[in-house]
Amino acid sequence: MDAVKNILFALMWFAILGGVLGAALAFAAKLFAVKVDERIPKIQEKLPGANCGGCGYAGCAALAEAIVKGEAKPSACVVGGDAVAAEVAAIMGVAAEKTKRMRAQVMCSGTAEYAKKKYVYEGAPDCIAATKLGGGDKLCPNGCIGLGTCVSVCTFNAIKIENGIAAVDYEKCQGCGKCTEACPKHIIKLIPYDAAHWVGCMSVDKGAITRSYCEVGCISCRLCEKNCPSGAITVNDFVASIDYDKCTQCGICVEKCPRKIIWSDKAQKKIGVTIDNEDFDPPRSKSNKSERSN
Amino acid sequence: MNTEYLINILLLMLSAVLVENYIFVQFLGICPFLGVSEKPDTALGMGFAVIFVMTLSSAATWLIYYFILVPFGLEYLETIAFILIIAALVQFIEMFLRKFVPALYGALGIYLPLITTNCAVLGAALINIQEGYDFLESLAYGFSSAVGFTLAIVIFAGVRVRISFADPPKVFRGIPIAMIAAGLIAMAFSGFSGMSF
Repeated sequence: MDAVKNILFALMWFAILGGVLGAALAFAAKLFAVKVDERIPKIQEKLPGANCGGCGYAGCAALAEAIVKGEAKPSACVVGGDAVAAEVAAIMGVAAEKTKRMRAQVMCSGTAEYAKKKYVYEGAPDCIAATKLGGGDKLCPNGCIGLGTCVSVCTFNAIKIENGIAAVDYEKCQGCGKCTEACPKHIIKLIPYDAAHWVGCMSVDKGAITRSYCEVGCISCRLCEKNCPSGAITVNDFVASIDYDKCTQCGICVEKCPRKIIWSDKAQKKIGVTIDNEDFDPPRSKSNKSERSN
Repeated sequence: MNTEYLINILLLMLSAVLVENYIFVQFLGICPFLGVSEKPDTALGMGFAVIFVMTLSSAATWLIYYFILVPFGLEYLETIAFILIIAALVQFIEMFLRKFVPALYGALGIYLPLITTNCAVLGAALINIQEGYDFLESLAYGFSSAVGFTLAIVIFAGVRVRISFADPPKVFRGIPIAMIAAGLIAMAFSGFSGMSF
């Protein structure tokens, strides 16, 4: 019977200890209760929970707090879009604002076969490390290095390296903009999600210089600028750029560009993330190359 | 309190930090060591949380053992009792910090609940009893073991930052190369075992 007695004694003792500790914790919870605005957890529940930091705050919890404090707008979440903005605005009791879904676009078309390199880089597989070494291995000072610093910061797994340059998967991209900050060349830009065309080059060198190191660089010929019926394209600093407020998505620039670096959405969507496709045939590509080598 | 006693405590602390290092020699607390060691900042945060909890739990478990378990003859229940007490203590500390020291709560925040189930904390409590330390020795041992833990995790985080820029063979990337690095540091720490106090 001694054993039973011991077991019962231990059981009783632990029941008491557990009860006392439980009561103490319950009491402490009441005593040390911190008043939290009930809207904070509610808003946090509505936010996507990706903690990407695209809004400029440390994470979704920090954004929820900032919204309740009035430091951030209910529509501050770049990932959630209109649906989340409306729900958050409802919790805050204000009218919802329209948001615009953005996506990241790598403004470079210089894949391994078109852009020339100045040396063979064998250092740490990281764009920032490569930029420290003479600005990277590409001759173009504004070309994608393709070592994937953007890939490693992307929370949504939306960037891949294809053919030596980074490419963004539109459906996965939530437009948080982390990659635009991480890229040491600053060649990833946020453009509207429904943008039909963009200029796949950010070379600010003169046409002749650009031509010398990249077969698909913008040579600032201004054909797109002259032919754009709505005046949405301007060429500044020897590179074309599109004003998306004016663009009517007519697609004339795509046809006119002699370097074939104004990209159309449809061509890219068809093939997913990669920008290499059968329509992509720059005038000075393979056929000319073989002539030159002869 | 004589000089000999103080020297004894100092040696105990030194040996807990270096010679009997929790991670590299005793292999306790390996889970946070691998989990929270990717950046030196977070490693330091975890380290401070462990120092905080381990010192307090060493004191609490020592008191519970000698004033409750021993008088009732329940020494054989020390493990389960300590788990209960450490868990409750961490919960209590969390609530207390949240109310009165929000800055510290913000810094230790997410690490505190993680430590509740850390075997290093339980290990310190059990070793205190096993070695028959008195109250002050228990406090010193708990504190300095946690300092040893922090030292190890911060050193390792530094190594992991370097590894992340290296280019190891594909099969070794991630955790495998981290394990190898940890093994090498452990070997380096085994050099301290020659020091006998």
